[in-house]
Amino acid sequence: MTTTETPQKPSLPIVENFTRRAAVKGAFATLGAGAFVAAISPLRQAARNSSAAEFMQTHYSELSPEQKADVIARLEAEAKEKYDADVTIADDRPIPGTKFVYAINLSVCNGNGKCVEACHKENNHDRDTNQSYIRVIEMPKGTMDMEKGSTTYTGAVPKDDKFYLPVQCQQCDEPPCVDVCPVKATWKEEDGIVVVDYNWCIGCRYCEAACPYHARRFNWKKPEVPAKEVNPDQSYLSNRIRPVGVVEKCTYCLHRTRRGKLPACLEACPTGARVFGNILDPKSNIRWILENKRVYILKEELGTKPAFFYYFD
Amino acid sequence: MLRPTNLIFAATSILVVFMIAVVVSKRAGQDGLAPVAEDIRSGTRQELRPAADTGSSKASTTSATTRTHPVIIRQPDGPPRVKLTGFDPQGRSGEVACSTCHSVRQPNLENKTPETLDEFHQGLVVNHGKLACYACHNPEDSDSLKLADGTKVAYQDVMTMCSQCHGPQATAFAHGAHGGMNGHWDLTRGPQMKNNCVDCHDPHSPAYPKMMVGFKPKDRFNAPRADHHDHEGAESHDDH
Ligand code: SF4
Ligand code: SF4
Repeated sequence: MTTTETPQKPSLPIVENFTRRAAVKGAFATLGAGAFVAAISPLRQAARNSSAAEFMQTHYSELSPEQKADVIARLEAEAKEKYDADVTIADDRPIPGTKFVYAINLSVCNGNGKCVEACHKENNHDRDTNQSYIRVIEMPKGTMDMEKGSTTYTGAVPKDDKFYLPVQCQQCDEPPCVDVCPVKATWKEEDGIVVVDYNWCIGCRYCEAACPYHARRFNWKKPEVPAKEVNPDQSYLSNRIRPVGVVEKCTYCLHRTRRGKLPACLEACPTGARVFGNILDPKSNIRWILENKRVYILKEELGTKPAFFYYFD
Repeated sequence: MLRPTNLIFAATSILVVFMIAVVVSKRAGQDGLAPVAEDIRSGTRQELRPAADTGSSKASTTSATTRTHPVIIRQPDGPPRVKLTGFDPQGRSGEVACSTCHSVRQPNLENKTPETLDEFHQGLVVNHGKLACYACHNPEDSDSLKLADGTKVAYQDVMTMCSQCHGPQATAFAHGAHGGMNGHWDLTRGPQMKNNCVDCHDPHSPAYPKMMVGFKPKDRFNAPRADHHDHEGAESHDDH
């Protein structure tokens, strides 16, 4: 595991002194107190559930290695206390010279949803709601407009007049979700992965509204995961169990991919539709696809520059 | 002046230096070996790119020799064995090789479907173009396959045979763009395991089968849940 430090690039100088207290105070000044309380009620719950230590924690990028170790030890203890699970939370940093890119072969994907399930298990999603970072959209043939599809299909797949479009976070190079975050709780790292510091997120859900791919998920309730189903192999910025009232999203399984492994959804795909790799490596599979196949990106006109490609054979 | 003691001293030093060099080079040789990966699913393995330079070019400034792990392609176990239903006089049931019957029967090179057979293989579903059985099976040695030019191919190397017709798929496979895989994207950190053709495609009826959709997230946009009144999204309902 590499532990290179991230030089922090200031992205949007909305709140220069980005403390959560300032954001909360600012919000109180703008909104009526009653409306504000209603709007942030999940956060109110979250605040009640979080320890004083958690509330005092500084931004991830400002934590010293010792502070990080303390935070991680605290989170591991909390997982034991709340979920009765022995977990290891690592601080996986980007591998220098790596930019992750994903591609899906839509001629091969048959919409069976094994990737959806694998993501659910790998990332300790709430069992009750079957949460996952992937939605597979059943699409009428002849369009790439994801708003025309449906996610509620069942039965035997593939259906003759349909194709299947799996959508998860596209790890945009111009991520609107990052731009709108008022407290910089989400940012893009050097390997292209857009991450969320769940301990810094105030749950305003601006990012969820800003994402054109519906890729972000909000924790409306405390995720329920039985102790024996908890994936203990965790990372601070990815699959550790998220608290209630925060936003989360696909991290390209950074707790796996930053250790050289393939993402969980790719390994689970029975049709072999998914391809993952480092676009900076000229010999990579992903480069061969970009150079030899006709590739599409979703909602290209928005200028989000996804690191996620779709192609047909 | 050359004295015998000097000569002996010089010879011994040279010998010692040489021995050290041999030991060091042996160690280096061991380090350079590609580590053998534990194959998670099958005992057989085949290396596709044993020493491909897949390390990222930027990261390889420190060490010139980056270790790479293999891409392991699963192989079929070997020629199929036919399970016998009955028992022999000693009460043993058994398996027989294809050649047990086929070495004593005349091959019908024309035959294309199980329907035209009068014995055996009648339940087989065959839907693979208009190929005759002996387009792929080897009439000379029924425990092996054959290429279009008659070259014998072992069942384990079935991919060689498939690839003679399915070239674009074979090319895509070689670039990781066809077929499922497991393990590592970064071969400097660990191996990668890949399926072979017949893991996913029935060779007699190769169209990928339909599947049933199993797992579905209960997306809150789809339908409100009957018990869903915890709009605070909380564990407790006290100040409701
Ligand atoms: S897909 Fe959505 S969540 Fe992911 S980086 Fe782009 S805007 Fe952000
Ligand atoms: S890469 Fe990982 S986090 Fe992203 S959708 Fe796949 S399984 Fe989920």
